Amino acid sequence: MSEAKSGQGVGARLPRKEDSRHLHGRGTFVPDIILPGQREVAFFRSPVAHARITGLRRPAGSEGRIFFRDDMPEVKAIVAPSSLPTFKLSEQHHLAHGKVRFVGEPIVCCVGRTRAEAEDLAEQVEVDFDELPALIDAHKARLDPTVRIHEEWDDNLYLTLSLDNGFEAESKKADVVVKRQIDLARQSMNPMEGKGTLAVWDDRANQLVLYSSSQTPHLLRIGIARFLGIAEEKVRVIAPDVGGGFGYKCIVFPEDLCVAWLALRYRKPFRYIEDRREHLVAGANSRQHHYNLTAYASKEGRLLALDAEVTIDGGAYSNWPFTIGLEPGQATGNLPGPYDFRGYRVKTYCVATNKPGFLPYRGVARTGVCFAMELMIDAIARAVDKDPYEVRRMNLVRPDQMPYDNVARKHYDSGDYPRALEMARDKLDVEKWRERQKKGEPDGRIIGIGFASYCEQSAHGTSVFAAWGLPMTPGYDQAAVRLTAGGGLEVRVGVQSHGQGMETTMAQLAHQVLGIDTARVQVVHGDTGTTPFSTGTYASRSIVMSGGAVVNACKALIPRIVRIGAHLMQAPEAECRFEHGAVVGPGGKRSTLADITEAWYMRPERLPADVDTQGLEASLAFKPKRDTGAFSYASHAVAVAVDTETGQVEILDYVVVEDCGTLVNPAVVEHQAIGGIAQGIGTAIYEEQQYDANGQPNASTLADYVIPGPTEIPNIRIFHLESPSPYTELGIKGMGEGGAIAPPAVIFNAVNNALDPYGVEVRETPLTPEKLLEALEKAKLVPKREAA
Amino acid sequence: MKAAVFDYVRPRDVGEALSALKGNDAKPIAGGQSLGPMLNLRLARPKVLVDVSRIQSLRQIQDEGEAWRIGASVTHAELEDRPLAGCEPLASVARAVAYRAVRNRGTVGGSLAHADPAADWPLVFAALDATLRVMGTGGTREIKADAFMTAAFTTQLRDDEMIESIRVPKLGAGARWGYYKFCRKTGEFPEASAALLLDPQRRIARLFAGALDKPPASLDALARAVAQEGTVNPEAVAAALARVAPGMGLAARKLRATAVQRAIAQV
Repeated sequence: MSEAKSGQGVGARLPRKEDSRHLHGRGTFVPDIILPGQREVAFFRSPVAHARITGLRRPAGSEGRIFFRDDMPEVKAIVAPSSLPTFKLSEQHHLAHGKVRFVGEPIVCCVGRTRAEAEDLAEQVEVDFDELPALIDAHKARLDPTVRIHEEWDDNLYLTLSLDNGFEAESKKADVVVKRQIDLARQSMNPMEGKGTLAVWDDRANQLVLYSSSQTPHLLRIGIARFLGIAEEKVRVIAPDVGGGFGYKCIVFPEDLCVAWLALRYRKPFRYIEDRREHLVAGANSRQHHYNLTAYASKEGRLLALDAEVTIDGGAYSNWPFTIGLEPGQATGNLPGPYDFRGYRVKTYCVATNKPGFLPYRGVARTGVCFAMELMIDAIARAVDKDPYEVRRMNLVRPDQMPYDNVARKHYDSGDYPRALEMARDKLDVEKWRERQKKGEPDGRIIGIGFASYCEQSAHGTSVFAAWGLPMTPGYDQAAVRLTAGGGLEVRVGVQSHGQGMETTMAQLAHQVLGIDTARVQVVHGDTGTTPFSTGTYASRSIVMSGGAVVNACKALIPRIVRIGAHLMQAPEAECRFEHGAVVGPGGKRSTLADITEAWYMRPERLPADVDTQGLEASLAFKPKRDTGAFSYASHAVAVAVDTETGQVEILDYVVVEDCGTLVNPAVVEHQAIGGIAQGIGTAIYEEQQYDANGQPNASTLADYVIPGPTEIPNIRIFHLESPSPYTELGIKGMGEGGAIAPPAVIFNAVNNALDPYGVEVRETPLTPEKLLEALEKAKLVPKREAA
Repeated sequence: MKAAVFDYVRPRDVGEALSALKGNDAKPIAGGQSLGPMLNLRLARPKVLVDVSRIQSLRQIQDEGEAWRIGASVTHAELEDRPLAGCEPLASVARAVAYRAVRNRGTVGGSLAHADPAADWPLVFAALDATLRVMGTGGTREIKADAFMTAAFTTQLRDDEMIESIRVPKLGAGARWGYYKFCRKTGEFPEASAALLLDPQRRIARLFAGALDKPPASLDALARAVAQEGTVNPEAVAAALARVAPGMGLAARKLRATAVQRAIAQV
């Protein structure tokens, strides 16, 4: 379309509309909202990992300021049903009841005029614990059910998934068998803004209003209504500026239920703002997977079959609405990655432990499965004595196989996976690095080169989520658009933009259809009171789903615009067409959107008799032609320098070749990728919540929980391919998570390439200097072949 | 978390500060870069905070001829921005203390009093053979920097005392300085550090290992060997470290040895 020429349509590097307010510090986040008489909430949280609560005391006269679970009898326990077979339900109370199951679990809710005062109250609470052994190791918790997290269960397993597709037949053909154990550490997601909710009763609207740092305001509304036992229309959720979500803010939390109950009961504003300590301790909820893998390959390195045992450390509770089943479901289905092989057997255990309950973090399971699979590809290459790049390339699904149904019955819609890998190799300039590697660095460091490829299911729809057994399944997403008097446009979407730049990209999509200057397109989101329903922003879905709806809704306006425009020009409608934001008639006569909106809103006497009385607003839905997902994909390639004296890994060059179908805004895509890669580098090298034998987390501040900063993130060079999805509007694919998927895999592969001469292969995140040094020091004691 | 209730006073001079400190369960605060988080985490709960950051006499940097005298409330940034002739290592160390936002507020006296074993100044002042001047209601005393910290986060300071200044001797002609610290990321406390001073004119050879679970440890025998031989072998470094910090794991031993060797390699 010629709208691309305007520099604002699909494909334009339009600067983000959001940037100005954020760069000037003029955003409005939940803690920026101050209401008269507002009270602050703090929690007494469990100092122990696993215990029965045998006594609970507060100072006399503190009723109404210090609340136990039973003081809020209307609040129901959080239970997330799942239709997956073998799934066991957990029951999480808004304040712990009977037992505590992780350090940081809220037990008592305290209210003060200031947060400090609320914390003073929390210090006056006395709780007696009868401590139980803490289950910290998921393998042990699974194999030994004598101590149980949920005592009504007969073991510690949320669920077990298994799949066998052609394993026996394919594995028999193998020349080489490669076995590896691969592990990922437990992480917190660390959005810049933690969670926060301000709840207030609005007498005028007769509604409970929650200002909440949420990715999914419509889902939060349903959750609040259900767990508080009130009618949904009596709840409005407003998610203002939200400082990052990453999956953490898709969930109904106990703290939300407490402040909502307080606002209902006392008809005053109450707010809870999570601090970093609470986040690190009570929010260490992601990434921890353990893999035992056996790959079966030909002597050329062709992967034939994979046998996998996956253990996911699920923590203490299953969340609403995504459930603990999402992570094992995704791990089981996505482990085969972008590869073409026909034998797959997997058993996935999701185990309850005394840690915060697992939540879906950007990349959901795929960071783990990509790490496991990509390390295996390199291990196969070493086993058959071939370049990992070659082995990777020969195993990728080829473009002539597209669309491709893989061994886990995933349907890859489009793309040229090998080309992305080849391009990544060229852009990195592998020959240059190989030469430098041979020559050796002047400072003694050693060079390593690594690759990783993945594909990312985005915008997966109804059938996929239904198969994961969730109590919530996304269906159609809707958008409501309205031309304003004067020729501008309002676009209302039910998703929430918290860093994705959707105030810009949704405007670009509208511009693409209607030609309206993006400065005149007002995107409204994050408010259940003003937007159509959507399950929200997660799973790399918003630009495909809500974006598709925006395109559909804008298109629906065109015939209505043309009819009015033709009438204003007194031209036959059939001879008029809509072009560049105006109706063009015979002889080049034009009727602008300003003329047309003026007629509709202010001068209806000018309208044709057969005008479409739905007017200049439309609400339409979108669902892809096939809802199994639009698969983005990428290959990452890095060169690293490893300091064998300190264990430090420096990333010298980082190349991404990605394909997310039609690019709506390449700059937004690149910035999303960079942010994700920064988090992935955190997973690879820095981030970890460790627990001692009693289940005490070792990191409660950012001094101990190390996240990469600007100086740890290299210059990242991003290149694009564009293979439109056959199933979505304009061929767009989602890509918000992708950046966070490949970094651990690509960095470890590069480090293992560097360390190959030492016989060292690292397979456990994060790659701390300590771990690397220890591996190197141990390797010195053993000759190379034995060490490998 | 938010700090528990405390009172705050801002004395005009050291005398007022000392009276405020005496018997009040009080704690001096300057830049607050370590004490601030500890207050918020409620790990420190003084009744009174005595803000010494604006006491003029503590903010001076004076040339005393043979030495520089640095007021306790001088910030890292001020040392970074003002190279001191004869004490050049100070600016270069200051430049790598945490990051600029911390350096703008954090003070050298605060760092010494907080006594984090991984901090730069306790190690650097020990290696430079500096002397602290400590003032209290009972009088003034001088304490050698290498003896000031008695254990991790513990010093010789009494509750009613505060650091007034640090005297850093100027280096002789031909002096050599080596300093290496290994941080997991920019601005973090190091995992391992070492500082070496070779000053032939003053007949001084001092080497300290930092970032242990205790005060910076002197490795003077190694320093003398470096002064005499120009180098030492890795086994000698490992043995010296094993003596001052026994019981370390494989990786920790290696990292600390690397820090010492890299400090040596700089001179």
